Amino acid sequence: MKVLSRVALGALVAAGFATSASAATLDDIKKKGHVQCGVSQGLPGFSNTDDSGKWTGIDVDLCRAVAAAVFGDATKVKFTPLSAKERFTALQSGEVDILSRNTTWTMGRDTALGLNFAGVNYYDGQGFMVPKKLNVKSALELGGASVCTNTGTTTELNVADYFRSNNMKYEVVAFEKADEVVAAYDAGRCDVYTTDRSGLAAQRLKLSKADDHVVLPEIISKEPLGPVVRQGDDQWFNIVKWTHFAMVNAEEMGVSKANHAEMMKSANPGIKRLLGTEGDFGSKLGLGNDWASSVISQVGNYGEVYEANVGPNTPLKLARGSNALWTKGGLQYAPPVR
Amino acid sequence: MQGLIDRITSLPEWYFELGRIDVTFAILMLAGVIATIMSWKGRPGMLVGAAYVVVAVVLAYFMSFQAAVGLGMIASIAALLVPNIHPEHGTISWFNDPRARGLIAQIILFLLVTFGIYAMVTNTIVNLERQNIASGFGFLNQTAGFGINQTLIPYTEESTYGQTFIVGLLNTILVAIVGIFLATILGFIVGVARLSKNWVINKIAYWYIEVMRNVPLLLHIFVWYFAVLRAVPDKRDKWSLFDTFHLNIYGIWAPEPLPGPMFWMTVVAFLAAIVIAFILAKLAKARQMRTGETFPSFWVGLAIIIILPLAAFFATGSPLDFEHPKFVAEGPIFKRGFEFQSGLQVIPEFIALLLALSIYTAAYIAEIVRAGILAVSHGQTEAANALGLRSGPTLRLVVIPQALRVIIPPLTNQYLNLTKNSSLAVAIAYPDLVAVFAGTTLNQTGQAVEIIVITMLVYLGLSLVTSAIMNWYNSRIALVER
Amino acid sequence: MSSNTTEAFVRTDFLPQQTAPVSEHGIVGWVMKNLFSSPLNILQTLVGIGLLYLIITPLFRFGITNAVWEGADRTACAIDHVGACWAMVKAKFPQYMYFQYPIDERWRVDLVGLVGLVLLIPMLIPFVPLKKTNAILLLVIYPVFAFILLYGGWFGLPIVETPVWGGLMVTLVIAVVGIVASLPLGILFALGRRSDMPLVRSVSIAFIEFWRGIPLITVLFMSSVLLPLFLPEGVTFDKLLRALIGVALFSSAYMAETIRGGLQAIPKGQYEGAQALGLSYWKMMNLIVLPQAIKHVIPGIVNSFIALFKDTTLVLIIGMFDLLGAIQTSFTDPKWATETQDETGYLFAALIFWVFCFAMSRYSIFMENKLHTGHKR
Repeated sequence: MKVLSRVALGALVAAGFATSASAATLDDIKKKGHVQCGVSQGLPGFSNTDDSGKWTGIDVDLCRAVAAAVFGDATKVKFTPLSAKERFTALQSGEVDILSRNTTWTMGRDTALGLNFAGVNYYDGQGFMVPKKLNVKSALELGGASVCTNTGTTTELNVADYFRSNNMKYEVVAFEKADEVVAAYDAGRCDVYTTDRSGLAAQRLKLSKADDHVVLPEIISKEPLGPVVRQGDDQWFNIVKWTHFAMVNAEEMGVSKANHAEMMKSANPGIKRLLGTEGDFGSKLGLGNDWASSVISQVGNYGEVYEANVGPNTPLKLARGSNALWTKGGLQYAPPVR
Repeated sequence: MQGLIDRITSLPEWYFELGRIDVTFAILMLAGVIATIMSWKGRPGMLVGAAYVVVAVVLAYFMSFQAAVGLGMIASIAALLVPNIHPEHGTISWFNDPRARGLIAQIILFLLVTFGIYAMVTNTIVNLERQNIASGFGFLNQTAGFGINQTLIPYTEESTYGQTFIVGLLNTILVAIVGIFLATILGFIVGVARLSKNWVINKIAYWYIEVMRNVPLLLHIFVWYFAVLRAVPDKRDKWSLFDTFHLNIYGIWAPEPLPGPMFWMTVVAFLAAIVIAFILAKLAKARQMRTGETFPSFWVGLAIIIILPLAAFFATGSPLDFEHPKFVAEGPIFKRGFEFQSGLQVIPEFIALLLALSIYTAAYIAEIVRAGILAVSHGQTEAANALGLRSGPTLRLVVIPQALRVIIPPLTNQYLNLTKNSSLAVAIAYPDLVAVFAGTTLNQTGQAVEIIVITMLVYLGLSLVTSAIMNWYNSRIALVER
Repeated sequence: MSSNTTEAFVRTDFLPQQTAPVSEHGIVGWVMKNLFSSPLNILQTLVGIGLLYLIITPLFRFGITNAVWEGADRTACAIDHVGACWAMVKAKFPQYMYFQYPIDERWRVDLVGLVGLVLLIPMLIPFVPLKKTNAILLLVIYPVFAFILLYGGWFGLPIVETPVWGGLMVTLVIAVVGIVASLPLGILFALGRRSDMPLVRSVSIAFIEFWRGIPLITVLFMSSVLLPLFLPEGVTFDKLLRALIGVALFSSAYMAETIRGGLQAIPKGQYEGAQALGLSYWKMMNLIVLPQAIKHVIPGIVNSFIALFKDTTLVLIIGMFDLLGAIQTSFTDPKWATETQDETGYLFAALIFWVFCFAMSRYSIFMENKLHTGHKR
């Protein structure tokens, strides 16, 4: 019956088709020649387009890195912008191979939605932004505020928990799209804008007078953001997971895009294993032995990606904080390549 | 309330637990085949059909859907091969019999439709199972955990998704009803203005219609919400009318009526007054029919409806208090402005959506009203004048009843459109059904199938109810004709 | 003249014709009649003029006198009491039209638009011959041509993925595909609804009433989150295509009702005459009934098209960038962040939509008058 229905549908629809099966994502990707990556519809620093449609951001670079690992070519990736509502369905149905869309890892999502979180490429927490003129110093002063946020995100639930547990009255105004939240907050509909702190830093750039607004010190939740893949394909899950780990390991070992060529000649056994000059870790992933080498030479290590997209020298001006390497007091920690 | 929700939401569980989707489809298919066979009046077909029904039910229950479909095909072909006795022309080849051909076409269509639905449902179930996605309606009993800024029933973050559904539904109904009311009034005014002999008024009405209906509704909503919102005073300021009604960016603030313990007397008096006025009008009409004497039943009725509740209200000692919204003008700047949950706050999302819906729909209603009035021939007015009716009764007794007959059907359509269009609320965070349920709840639970299906059913239901009411009204109006 | 006629006087020549009194003709007469004929009329005139003053002056001030027409970025519009910032619209105009469609490939969009116009204009003018050829070109060949050119992949054209499509281009693509797909579907379902076969009729009624009963936004939600689940494992569609399918099915239900109106207007004698000639059902419909019925409902079809054209804005809710979506996106560009950027953008969007819809509604009225000359009172 299923075969029949597939034939019928195949006959009905000729254009815009892409087939993939969950069983062997890697084979399908190799067949179609690119990685299909689900990203946000525009969040500066994470996944955003310029006027000419070129994608940039830390989430985008993760997808590029996966493409580099699979094909040895970071450009073999296509991006599908997804709304918060569509993102999981798009991944489940095979429309995208990897969802890299500042998505918070929660137990509910990991267990009930048929998804696997492959890692954390940004440790975040939810914060509040208020206009400076309101003279608010702490989130605990926010009783009686009206709060603008996105619907269907973990932020909407966290803010409810936070105000309830602190016995503060509030009014929530929840929008479907991030741009509408910004517009409403900018118009003065709300005193407070809440989302992940990285999101606040990014959305602040869209306000008419960015400098008139301040992010409060409180962090009210844990928001580990990371790439997501479908359940049931361990090989693909491993590829995405280890692509991220390779970038973190590279930073830890000091291998970067800049010194990649020299490092290829390095005698350090760890670096040799990472870059594939020793061992056959790549083939165990189903990839070439130069998988991590391509990732680093074409996209860079985790630190480079961070600095280029969200770091202190970008408009977002986010310090490394929790996203520093574990050796520098942060949380980014990757199992060794061994 | 909770018990009711439990019962409603727990009902469909068996559907998924039983795992007998096939049975459902076999039954669905049988209903279609029975309808087909009934339509074909030939006796042999009916016999075959009846036999098929019995066997198919047994087979579908014990075996599978596929077996039932296969049997259906065989039975249908068999039914067609039975010689078809035409009363006048004797036996003719079934292939040339239009009834037989119609039957074949219908069977093919039926199998296609059934197969389409079957494929869709099995695909969905396979997909959900394969991807380990939760299904069923159990989520309606889970705690929602998010806030909503306009709730007509008590709602907190601890309420369930079932309650968010009801909150959203009530918000949709609220904006639809108020919107229909406003759009009708505005539409009638503009429609009549469009017929005005005064050139300026006429042209203003014309351009109102042409501008409003040729701009997308979503744009109307954005303009009212985002552009006009910036123009009103901010949270720490207000515009006041009589020091009672206030407007700022957080909406309209008004005194909230708090009925006292004896207030029910006034309500009872009001209802009683309506009944009395209604009976009075009936009696007056009967007397007019009998004797020809008129009685100003409208004005008397109105007086009763106003005076009786007022009398009851004051007799019980004015049991109605007003809680004025609290405006804080002093103290730390953040705390200034109106306090939440003091007085009655109408949120700006509601106002923007309401204005956009009413103003947009009013342009269509105006055109309908104009066409309806123009449809009443001028001879009718002249004849009424010849009978000596003054212009008031002419309008009330002759023109309007006839115009209404033309107006009601398209007006119903506009009401339905307005109700459906209220779903655009999702663009500006008004917590209607689509925003709260097909939006937030869907995003939080990820159970797209159940939620979208429920949402669609609700709108279908609202549509059917509205059109049923309007059809009933329409049939009453139509009776006036003869 | 004889003497017995002295008491009577018969004028033998006409008096020179006099113009009507001043109060009855000319500008004064018109003004007296239309503006000041009675106290009520005078009151209406005054109220009307007051209203006009209240509406037009701020609009004029905002859109023209206080507007900024030239400028490179927000500083041009960062002045006190600024009106519309048309400089922003000017800078963002290509984005509003094509969104992120690659700049080097935009000629393809222009060409598709141009060819569409060339085919459409003769179609709209009633006396231009070869309507049938024209219709086939426009409704069958042109969509294929437009798809190949816009999407690419053939004849060495680079593929342009649909996520970068946007602006007015996507608005038009959705509206045109909706109307082209909904015409045949609508005809089919209209015929089905009037069929003698109960099953065909009930399926048609169920289809039509289902789509007419639900809001378009739920259809779009369904197409964006549900449709992928309905398909067999591993089969996926492009997002734009999914939205197009939803819009096409939705509008075909409305189209079916429009065409049913036309079918009902055809006298029974036409059907009976066709049957008496021995025509089969499809021949009767194709040759006799549908040509008359569709001609009757051309204004209705144009009106459905206007509705569809306005409804395309809803796709911005599911995250696609039509004209309105592209304009809204530009509000978040800090380079043009000014006091009035929202108002300017919305006014511009309203103007564009209004021009399209108003022109179409004029055309519909023109066709209506043309088709009903015989029945006019």
